[in-house]
Amino acid sequence: MSEAGAGRSSGEILIKGARILGGEPQDILLKDGRIAGIGSGLAGSPGAEVVDAANLIALPGLVDLHTHLREPGREDAETVASGTAAAALGGYTVVHAMANTSPVADTAGVVEQVWRLGRQAGHCDVQPVGAVTVGLNGTHLAELGAMADSAAGVRVFSDDGRCVSDAVLMRRALEYVKAFDGVVAQHAQEPRLTEGAQLNEGRMSAELGLAGWPAVAEEAIIARDCLLAAHVGSRLHVCHVSTAGSVEIVRWAKSKGWQVTCEVTPHHLILTDELAASYDPIYKVNPPLRTADDVRALREALADGTIDAVATDHAPHPVEDKETEWAAAAMGMIGLETALSVVQHAMVDTGLLDWAGVADRMAYRPAVIGRLDGHSESPGQPLRVGAPASLTLYDPSVSRPVDPGEMASKSRNTPYAGMVLPGRVVATFLRGRPTVLDGKLTGPVSGAETGESSK
Amino acid sequence: MRRHLISAADLTREDALLILDTADELARVSERSIKKLPTLRGRTVVNLFFEDSTRTRISFEAAAKRLSADVINFSAKGSSVSKGESLKDTALTLEAMGADAVVIRHSASGAPHRLSNWVRGSVVNAGDGTHEHPTQALLDAFTMRRRLGSLEGRCVTIVGDILHSRVARSNVLLLSTLGAKVTLVAPPTLLPVAVDSWPCEVSYDFDEVLPKTDVVMMLRVQRERMNAAYFPTEREYSRRYGLDRERLARMPQDAIVMHPGPMIRGMEIAAEVADSARSTIVEQVANGVTVRMAVLYLLLGGSEPAIGKETE
Amino acid sequence: MDVARNQVERAVLEAPDIGRALTRIAHEILERTKGGKDILLLGIPTRGAVLARRLAEKIEQVEGLTPRVGTLDVTMYRDDLRLKPARALGRTELPGDGVDDRIVVLVDDVLYSGRTVRAALDALNDVGRPRAVQLAVLVDRGHRELPIRADYVGKNLPTSRSETVKVFAEEIDGRDAVLLIKGGGG
Repeated sequence: MSEAGAGRSSGEILIKGARILGGEPQDILLKDGRIAGIGSGLAGSPGAEVVDAANLIALPGLVDLHTHLREPGREDAETVASGTAAAALGGYTVVHAMANTSPVADTAGVVEQVWRLGRQAGHCDVQPVGAVTVGLNGTHLAELGAMADSAAGVRVFSDDGRCVSDAVLMRRALEYVKAFDGVVAQHAQEPRLTEGAQLNEGRMSAELGLAGWPAVAEEAIIARDCLLAAHVGSRLHVCHVSTAGSVEIVRWAKSKGWQVTCEVTPHHLILTDELAASYDPIYKVNPPLRTADDVRALREALADGTIDAVATDHAPHPVEDKETEWAAAAMGMIGLETALSVVQHAMVDTGLLDWAGVADRMAYRPAVIGRLDGHSESPGQPLRVGAPASLTLYDPSVSRPVDPGEMASKSRNTPYAGMVLPGRVVATFLRGRPTVLDGKLTGPVSGAETGESSK
Repeated sequence: MRRHLISAADLTREDALLILDTADELARVSERSIKKLPTLRGRTVVNLFFEDSTRTRISFEAAAKRLSADVINFSAKGSSVSKGESLKDTALTLEAMGADAVVIRHSASGAPHRLSNWVRGSVVNAGDGTHEHPTQALLDAFTMRRRLGSLEGRCVTIVGDILHSRVARSNVLLLSTLGAKVTLVAPPTLLPVAVDSWPCEVSYDFDEVLPKTDVVMMLRVQRERMNAAYFPTEREYSRRYGLDRERLARMPQDAIVMHPGPMIRGMEIAAEVADSARSTIVEQVANGVTVRMAVLYLLLGGSEPAIGKETE
Repeated sequence: MDVARNQVERAVLEAPDIGRALTRIAHEILERTKGGKDILLLGIPTRGAVLARRLAEKIEQVEGLTPRVGTLDVTMYRDDLRLKPARALGRTELPGDGVDDRIVVLVDDVLYSGRTVRAALDALNDVGRPRAVQLAVLVDRGHRELPIRADYVGKNLPTSRSETVKVFAEEIDGRDAVLLIKGGGG
């Protein structure tokens, strides 16, 4: 199986009895990278591999709008190969690789390199995000058009990790990317209000003596950017909204008909700032964990569609960057391999979202925001005959304690270690080729699609 | 079982009273010519100071030595720590030395919490960032009790930079545990946003609070804060929140004035007030040793600690 | 203390017995110290401190002089500190003129292993230099582990190590008695 897909003679896979979006069991036939049939009692050709999917839910292959793959520059924390392996194990078929690498992904050369590394690794598509400003410095626009026109076909631009705080620069970026239907994904954080900020400003930061990261620092930027986007008629995407107030502003902007979308991370759907009481920096993340009221508001907004997408903000860090004092620790947590379980726990098991809703927030809408929907080969499309055969089989009935040691990510900074979470990704298919079967990677598939040797 | 003293919240009312009562007895020892007790012979106390604080380090050192503990002073300034060695690596070094207690001072809030995961001994917080300084609160409570008797129902007013003060946090927690009524007085910029969740009152008007104050504790206000727009000028701060002779006169006759030091005479406190008979500033220093002896004895003196927060 | 099912208590001394024993000790002290002029009665908290005060009263009744009384806490000098959780300290109260050149009579309720008295001798050593040190106890139950003996004994009480001797004092416990408790662990 290590050469799964690549060396299979017929390449045909017959998935038996999967419940598409939680519906009645049906068979799904995958052939030539596309869904060749959906129905009951389907029969494939004699060489077809049969996958028993009884009691499994079939979802479109998940699309992550917000992933830090760390390559190039911090290969000790993650590589494109290890990060995309983690993504496949989490049910993802596309990840948007954030630009804050070293060197920064602010030129066509860097985004093409990242894109190519993704194709070589073969676990899932890597769609690079281009930096808005050169070196993420917030002063000069990067060559956004060159990145858009590159082989990587960048459509999402973000200085994530830093806020494009200069109002003029933000306005220009919003305007400029209209030329190629791009979108600016803003990391909303007013820098002056968050100097040295460590934790949500509130009861916990006061008690723990950690510098506060006030909700208003996020909300003020979101409000400004919504108004700017409306003024210039551009698309705006807001990364990782984390407060009840942010949700209110986005809801208001949407009610005006403005082209504003936003995402929420899995961790902001279940974790709160109370966890910082241990001073364990595993819970240190940006934006910070907020209060239970914020969690409630985020869940409701994700349910009613105010929040368009769940995006992992998968942020790997080596052990030594987390085994420190809180203030000295790196911000971020990994999340690709637990995202679907967290969403099931927070949204599905609570009755807030059904599986069709999960597909919408974790595949269709992210794909639309990233403009993947225009490409006939791209994952994240509804499961119907003729669509690319990119899908995920998920067993919602099992529960397991999260074991960081089992993860494919090179880093171990998961906040869920030991926590019992529901569900398990059983299989992931990328254009008809299994990347995960039986909960395990089908193996390294270096050069699988491009024929190039890995570096 | 291990126990630590990291936050004043780790102490129950019984714990706190036990420490203060023990300190009362130990204060008598400080008055005799032979001040040393054999109690902690063979125990090792490490003073791990990542931040300069000669006063606090000497106080802990004297306390440990008077109990006959072996004291290792590990000053992080100019050591491997400033060359990038992590707190964890330092902790593992201490483990190799067999420290029974680690007294830690660190500029990062929560550093003692982190350290307690990595060492087997008891961790005593000697001040962490803008979080807490529980032994300072204990010595303050001890000083108040010596002057005023029980703290039950007493009105304590803490004035100054509450937001950045570990002394204020520990005092609010400890004094409320001991039944005192605490009022914080500061410009709103120097109070934490969620201060209403603390077990105390808040006032922006020092003069209103003065007549019903038994103890006023003046906190140092660093001049740097002025540049970050926490208040406009030193003069305005001093006029609204400084303790001068006129304000002292408006307090009850037996009210006392405290300052955890180091103080800025003329800024938050007038020199004549700091040096008056109602000031406890000198006693506070002496009481520091006694209270820290009590803490070390109760943590290390027996088969297991008698106070503090349990782990494992 | 756990009141075990098969625990048996027996009063060895009742209030009048204790009174008589203390009176006798008071006389002996006066005799041995030639009128008790330089004595300092130092009770070991908590019940030793009570007994020291009572002895002082008895001496006053007999001799008309008020002997110096104080207390000496020995907790910080004990050699068994690490066998139990750290405990609260008792009160040490010495007369203003100290212990130097006094005949110190240490007073405790029960003499058993001798370790408390050893701790008291160490503690005493740190507060001054008495001319002599003597020891008065209400009960000597034997089983010494150190070369220590009492100068004044209220009652010699043969016991086994499995038994417990418990002294009650009016001022603390509301009654005077010495109980010997068998079984149920001590």
